[in-house]
Amino acid sequence: MSAPGTFNSTAAAFFGGVKSAWTSVFFLVLAGTYIGMGALAHDYGFSSWWLALSSILVWAAPAQVILISSLGLGATPIEAAIAVGLSAIRLFPMVVALLPLLRGPGTRLRDLLLPTHFTSVSMWVESLRLLPGLPRERRIAFCNGLSVGYQGTAVIFGFVGFHLAAGLPPLFAGALLFLTPMSFLISTARNARQMVDRLALALGLVIGPLLTFWHVGLDLMWTGVVGGSLAYGIHRLREATR
Amino acid sequence: MSSALWPYLSLVFVGFLPNEIWRVLGLVLARGLNEDSEIVVWSRAVATAILAGVIAQLILFPAGALAGIPLSVRVGAAVFGFLTFLAVKRSVFAGVLAGEVALLAGGFLFAH
Repeated sequence: MSAPGTFNSTAAAFFGGVKSAWTSVFFLVLAGTYIGMGALAHDYGFSSWWLALSSILVWAAPAQVILISSLGLGATPIEAAIAVGLSAIRLFPMVVALLPLLRGPGTRLRDLLLPTHFTSVSMWVESLRLLPGLPRERRIAFCNGLSVGYQGTAVIFGFVGFHLAAGLPPLFAGALLFLTPMSFLISTARNARQMVDRLALALGLVIGPLLTFWHVGLDLMWTGVVGGSLAYGIHRLREATR
Repeated sequence: MSSALWPYLSLVFVGFLPNEIWRVLGLVLARGLNEDSEIVVWSRAVATAILAGVIAQLILFPAGALAGIPLSVRVGAAVFGFLTFLAVKRSVFAGVLAGEVALLAGGFLFAH
């Protein structure tokens, strides 16, 4: 929650970003989420190093949960890839909204590659809050520091959760697995400021289990398309009749 | 194919690539779009609904140790955590903590 100041060097901005990551509320949310993720990976038969690599390469908790649970439950690779790809659509508008804050007169495309890869909910929310208060030439370094701080948190607590799940009594292992849906539910609800996002959240919570219960194939994809489009349609209707 | 290699191949082709493509598209193609354009609003709603579906599945049809805790306790704990989040100044930390405490308490009382 610390407000960054002006940094004298790129390195100072980078470490300022790391410090911001470790003092924000997302540190706790990520620690909890990735302890749960570690437990999930353990219970579905993946290795802890596989999980660490997925945190670095995929770096999106919903996609990682879908990847682990769908492959672990025996979904076909195509089915799992579609579900992962659909869950990641939200990254597209996030990148679009973030890059104008990072881009300056002398910014090269390759300078934006790392921030693009690092884009995820936690980093995005904090970047949009903190970057406007920073000099433009320090923003990319700060943003990279912030992201490395968050990713390091995710990797470390992934290992913690994985090894905790291996040796815990069943009730506590269950409580660790519960961290992921619980923290997702609440952080998604917190991010859903507009009615359309709240509707989409509520509809997805209802439609998802129904489709699973009825054994509809590609249930997550249909949950997204049906629930999201319904929420969007209701939102447009309300706008039109207002 | 070696079975030791398979999880890493699927990590790249099923996890990394379908996810990363949206970030790269954002970088390359979408300089003209802003957060309020209609396609962005719709795709955010779809993404949110998918995420909600994942959350519900993890609570209602869990695997591993969470399946050993009764369904009513899992749902009740999620509802309790959510209500706490709403009551305590929309604090994520308070909500998650309350949900976890409720799950442990309920699991302890009903699973034995």
